[in-house]
Amino acid sequence: MYKLIRNQTALIILAVSSLFFTNFALGQAEKEVSANDAKTNQIVIKDFHFTPQTLTVKAGEKITWINRDEEPHTVVSVEKQFKKSGPLDTDQEFTVTAGAPGTYTYFCSVHPKMTGTIVVVKS
Amino acid sequence: MSDYISHDHEHDGIDRRGFLQCMAWAGTGILWTISGGVLVSKTLAQVAKAGEPLPATDLSFLQISDSHIGFSKEANKDVTETFKIALDRINAMPTPPSFLIHTGDITQLSKAEEFDTFDQVLKGCRTKDVFYVPGEHDVLTDGGKFYRERYLKSVEGKGSGWYSFNKNGVHFIGLVNVVNLQAGGLGQLGDDQLEWLEADVKGLGTSTPIVVFAHIPLWAVYPEWGWGTSDSEQALGYLKRFGSVTVLNGHIHQVLQKVEGNMTFHTAMSTAFPQPAPGTAPSPGPLNVPADKLRSMLGLTSVRYLQGKSSLAVVDSSLT
Repeated sequence: MYKLIRNQTALIILAVSSLFFTNFALGQAEKEVSANDAKTNQIVIKDFHFTPQTLTVKAGEKITWINRDEEPHTVVSVEKQFKKSGPLDTDQEFTVTAGAPGTYTYFCSVHPKMTGTIVVVKS
Repeated sequence: MSDYISHDHEHDGIDRRGFLQCMAWAGTGILWTISGGVLVSKTLAQVAKAGEPLPATDLSFLQISDSHIGFSKEANKDVTETFKIALDRINAMPTPPSFLIHTGDITQLSKAEEFDTFDQVLKGCRTKDVFYVPGEHDVLTDGGKFYRERYLKSVEGKGSGWYSFNKNGVHFIGLVNVVNLQAGGLGQLGDDQLEWLEADVKGLGTSTPIVVFAHIPLWAVYPEWGWGTSDSEQALGYLKRFGSVTVLNGHIHQVLQKVEGNMTFHTAMSTAFPQPAPGTAPSPGPLNVPADKLRSMLGLTSVRYLQGKSSLAVVDSSLT
């Protein structure tokens, strides 16, 4: 049910925002985000899965992936909507800043079975 | 002997005589079929202990795979050492192999220093001729440019690096199924490579033994874990008319085999760390085993081919 609501939200947002759709604003952060920074949304990579698989954030918020597997993974936008990560080894992070509202699907280019979705809503 | 088909009961273009003629190239395949698909296998240590050279063969080569130089996690903290031990086993063989095939994942993270370490250690191997195909760990940063430049230049790899060559009447085909992977998908060869493959084998007689090698299995080992190649059926379709096709893969760090018609599929052990059997763990990540068990789950694969006589025999050997 939770997922369903999210998906409906995503569809609505996508429809509303498609006219002024622009690229993700970007910034790859190597260091950990401090408490003073904007709210960080974390996606954990564990057992070859992105969790949560669908994450909804507000425009301008940061999204950080952290790899908790012993296997390297990557984060690659399917539609090239944001810059792809390099290979993330164990405990390495990758951060982007959510830009224009929209739905962004991404996957691990090393293990393409691994996919996830980010839904950006207006802040 | 003519290649004329006298009886075609199955309407598949292969008669009994033709089948037997072809299977003469693959005696081990017949043995597997009789014994319920189980490979005859012995360790290289056993071969070395016997102290006798292997029977004279027209061609013998070794498959090594998944060295993962740079990996240092719990499953194996010294993968360079186990890679060295694998080479020691090769050097101790009474009959040295003609060449090696490395079926990918030389490195853990595609780092130049990892490739350098691999090359440095490999210098200690007395067999100098090595043929490569990349694993996904080898093409992490630049789509495989560095890899192709270093390992596929001498074989004039086409496109993302595929190529073929002939040795002693056997046609070898190295395929690349780890680049340009699509979200939600498996390993992939792609249209350009498939087109090339069709043309590559077009002029070959059906009794030409074929050996295909690629990193990700060219059969659906366990698609849930990505252990398969989405367009491998089409590739294998071009090879169905041949009497003996041996498919050698890596990627899954364990020995699995299957015989389907004239095709035998085989995956090799890693020299670095084992992975779980399909579906037996939450993910296909490295499998931690007790230190005294590790080397029994690492190894290499020896393939021997006796022209006109018996076999393309595939023998797996652990590092114990």
